[in-house]
Amino acid sequence: MLLTWRRRGEALNPALFALIVVVMFPLALGPEPNRLAGIAAGIVFVAILLAGLLALDSLFRGDQEDGTLEQLVLSPHPLPLLLAGKIAVHWLTTALPLILVAPLLAEMLYLPRQVLPVLIAALALATPLLSLLGAVCVALTVSMRRSGMLLALLVLPLYVPVLIFAAGACDAAQAGLPFLAPLLWLGAALVLALVLAPLACAAALRISIS
Amino acid sequence: MNEFFAMGGYGAYVWSSFAIFVIALLLDFAAPRVRYRKTISELRGRYTRQKSRQEKAA
Amino acid sequence: MNKLTLWFHKFGSPPIFHRIAGLLMPWLYGTAVLGGILAMYGGLFVAPADYQQSDAYRIIFVHVPCAWMSMFAYLFMAVNAFIALVWRIKISEILAMASAPIGAIFTAVTLLTGSIWGKPMWGTWWTWDARLTSELVLLFLFLGVIGLYNAIEDRRQAARAAAFLALVGVVNVPIVHFSVNWWNTLHQGSTVRLLGPSRIDSSMLWPLLLMALATHLWFFASVLARARVSTLELEAGKDWARNVVLNERTSHE
Repeated sequence: MLLTWRRRGEALNPALFALIVVVMFPLALGPEPNRLAGIAAGIVFVAILLAGLLALDSLFRGDQEDGTLEQLVLSPHPLPLLLAGKIAVHWLTTALPLILVAPLLAEMLYLPRQVLPVLIAALALATPLLSLLGAVCVALTVSMRRSGMLLALLVLPLYVPVLIFAAGACDAAQAGLPFLAPLLWLGAALVLALVLAPLACAAALRISIS
Repeated sequence: MNEFFAMGGYGAYVWSSFAIFVIALLLDFAAPRVRYRKTISELRGRYTRQKSRQEKAA
Repeated sequence: MNKLTLWFHKFGSPPIFHRIAGLLMPWLYGTAVLGGILAMYGGLFVAPADYQQSDAYRIIFVHVPCAWMSMFAYLFMAVNAFIALVWRIKISEILAMASAPIGAIFTAVTLLTGSIWGKPMWGTWWTWDARLTSELVLLFLFLGVIGLYNAIEDRRQAARAAAFLALVGVVNVPIVHFSVNWWNTLHQGSTVRLLGPSRIDSSMLWPLLLMALATHLWFFASVLARARVSTLELEAGKDWARNVVLNERTSHE
């Protein structure tokens, strides 16, 4: 975390990226509030998802370049636990700024005020899930040099259900319908991923480095 | 006969679906065969080069 | 070691696999094509027009078997992926990777024929309902496995990484299958059942089942064809491979 604080300019990059993506939509679609409000939640989610995707690469890149990654894998401490810690820190430094900037993004797209808490809740559940799932895929591609496109392809099928439930919760809230069910599904998936993803990530890392 | 091809007005849909199916399977049939022939000729070349290298060394 | 493991061990030996696959392939392809033609005849000529969908429903004889195969292919890939990761058996690695392209093709055909069928029936080429979306996700999973396998240099490591990805994504297969039960979808529910009577007329059922059988046979033929080439490529340095390559020259030219 200390390292990230030293390079805090860089750490804001994902947030800036999400901001830019969100800004493009009113420019492309026209600034009419009603139209934007209808799709605001979805746009915010996609922007944050894409920003998170870009940030995923930094999860192992630093360690891979200076050789610490092999040390991690070989260390006597349980690898899944180490990875859970790494992913947690990565989420704090990349996804948390995104969640904090989400209200701003929502305002820019005229999201109705009452949907905002649901949006934040959905983001709070979805972004760790995205980080965990993304970590497994990054672990598979860590030894490749230019893996950006492939990583996106690998991670997409796993991200689709998360996006559907998260955006679905927000849309339901916006229409005045009950929104708790999708959030609960996200929560359940998150709990499952918290347990399984570090294990899967460790296995994937061992395969990539072997 | 024409009635058969028209398929109750849905001819275009039905026949294009069947066509996609058949074409896809033809491609699926051809791909490994092409790869096989390529592999054979590539390996053949590799072996003859190896043999000539061995004969030169001997 | 009992007889089954001994048999599996023998089958897994590359030169024997190469030979047996070569012998089986023409028969599998042949019966598949025969069955397919019969099924298409039954579907296009013999089966009567549907009272609701007129003749457009005949797309079912292509669309549904392909959909079934897309899921079967993924499960076949996943099982072999599991064996490959746990027991490191080479032939399983090869079979898993060989089933990915075929699975992708079946999935793509399913999506395309389904879309074509949807236009006259639902009035739209596409809808983001649970079944269509999850089938699309299945296609992305196949493409991801193929992409990952081709991106890593060392073939065995590549197969293991791609196999791992395949296993992570296998959770999507039950989603595709049960999506019509779990969610309100535009796509119709299941009419053909494994146990118990199916809700479809018998004159329409037999071409459907025959085409399903034919596509299964085709799948195995195709997997063996691709696996055969892969074994040859991977074992290129060995003597048996050398013999095969040099003998090919005399018999084919």
